[in-house]
Amino acid sequence: MYFGEASGYKLGQAPRDAFGDALVALGAENKDVVTVDGDVGNSTRTEPFALAHPDRAFNVGIAESNMVSVAGGLAACGKIPVVASFACFLLSNAHDQMRMSVAFPGLNVKFVGTHAGISIGEDGPSQMGIEDVALACTLAGVKVIVPADGPSSKAATAATLADNGPTYLRLGRGKVAEVYPDGCDFTIGKANQLRDGKDVTIIANGLMVGAALDAAQELEAAGISARVLDMHTVKPIDEEAIAKAARETGRIVVAEEHLSHGGLGSAVAMAASTSHPVPIAYVNVGDRYAESGDPMGLLQKYGLTPQAIVEAAKSLK
Amino acid sequence: MSAELKSMSVDELKVQGRTIRELIIRMTTAAGSGHPSSSLSAVEVVTALFFGGIMKYDPKKPHWAGRDRFILSKGHAVPVLYAAMAEAGYFTPEETMTLRKLGSKFEGHPNMKRMDGIEASTGSLGQGLSIGIGHALAGKMDSADYKVFVMLGDGELGEGQVWEAAATAHKYKLGNLTAIVDQNGYQQTGATKDVLNMSSVADKFAAFGWHTQEIEGNDQEAALKALQAAQAVTDQPTMIVSRTQKGFGILPLLEQQGDVNYHGKPLSPELAEKAIALLEQS
Repeated sequence: MYFGEASGYKLGQAPRDAFGDALVALGAENKDVVTVDGDVGNSTRTEPFALAHPDRAFNVGIAESNMVSVAGGLAACGKIPVVASFACFLLSNAHDQMRMSVAFPGLNVKFVGTHAGISIGEDGPSQMGIEDVALACTLAGVKVIVPADGPSSKAATAATLADNGPTYLRLGRGKVAEVYPDGCDFTIGKANQLRDGKDVTIIANGLMVGAALDAAQELEAAGISARVLDMHTVKPIDEEAIAKAARETGRIVVAEEHLSHGGLGSAVAMAASTSHPVPIAYVNVGDRYAESGDPMGLLQKYGLTPQAIVEAAKSLK
Repeated sequence: MSAELKSMSVDELKVQGRTIRELIIRMTTAAGSGHPSSSLSAVEVVTALFFGGIMKYDPKKPHWAGRDRFILSKGHAVPVLYAAMAEAGYFTPEETMTLRKLGSKFEGHPNMKRMDGIEASTGSLGQGLSIGIGHALAGKMDSADYKVFVMLGDGELGEGQVWEAAATAHKYKLGNLTAIVDQNGYQQTGATKDVLNMSSVADKFAAFGWHTQEIEGNDQEAALKALQAAQAVTDQPTMIVSRTQKGFGILPLLEQQGDVNYHGKPLSPELAEKAIALLEQS
């Protein structure tokens, strides 16, 4: 079982694998692209790039702080450093360096946090990045992107490399449903409407996009028409799409694989409250850490399911 | 291609250093805050870098790709950098009198986004050496012949990232990287040996695979010679442990005030006048 299966989407690549493929292709074209690794390149999938371009791949060892500041220096010299690590180690361990060595001077560094969310499974909560989006959003001027699947992760990788400024790309570890066709478009800051509806809008990102599509199908069977927005960019958020959804559907459910505070839910609430306030319900991990276990079992236990979205939608008057 | 090396003699450097000291005192007193004592300890090394034929740069083309880089990791000592840059021609000495004022690019800590010629935004200690490694790696990738200089404080060595960087610079054999620890012996709340005694700093860097030198860093000739010697080392990074005195140049005045650390506070206008008079006698 996987999210999106009930809606007929086939299981595709893991977001991190799609990123790795895209990086090899894009890195071959652009000689300024370099990677700075904290010795997890075979997990984050920067390894194929590093093997293809050993002169442009720097592994500084298990030293995230140094890794990020080195990238700042490279960017100051015109390189385009891709700094990939586990989302939790990058954002939590090296947050000061992300702030001071990159965000504050506004340098062109591409942060990539893999192993995001509780769906990494068995390795357990110390390895799960569930606060990374909140932390990334506190970095002024950094764009925060959470793609839904393989094809959009590839496209998002290209979009972040083409963007002139610091970005954070959040990627899951496991395979997810392919909700986009290969070669899809990707515009930073522009939500994609995957399904129209008039009673409620489900705003999701990451692997919860598949869950939102399944939930919309279930809601339809119950006579509730649900719009689904893939809000892949958390910052800058698509305020227009949120205002439109609030105006036209009157209710919003936000679903994300993240802590309750500071993620997509907070960003949507802020946008809706300033444009067209409507009741909003939230589906997320809550204010807690998860545990080891199989990915689908964990998602069930911690309330990240299509059913949880359906119930949240029905709870809104 | 542009940029001439400014190659002053040791005697000329001493005169230049005195001007830089006066400027440090004047700008921090005008600001009413800042870190003059942390800046004064570093004057001889910074003067040698900018005016002793060590660094090539062009104040008219601050982004010139072939320039040598100076990164002030101990960012609170930025008055010494502003003073050197003013004397080098990046801006006028009078402009630095807006230090720390609203709207001025002369911020309390270096901000590369607001000032051309500043190579790194610092102020959160521990990051400058890593940033310097990024510049040095980019230089090697591009087969550029520029050199990278990073100045750290001795208190700053408490930051673990410095040692992550020390290992990385060795791994990549960064012969184009020279670091200087301005070992003035004091940090915010007291003597460095009491707060967190790192002892044998040169030995530690040598153990990390660096070429090391130890010098009396307020001796202008020693500072110049150490930086010249560092240029001859091309297959490993170089560390210059520069033993200095915080507030060097006006120490008798600080002693009279009963505070030889004098961390993070400017001289009063009256004291500044005395300090400048003292410098002029030296």
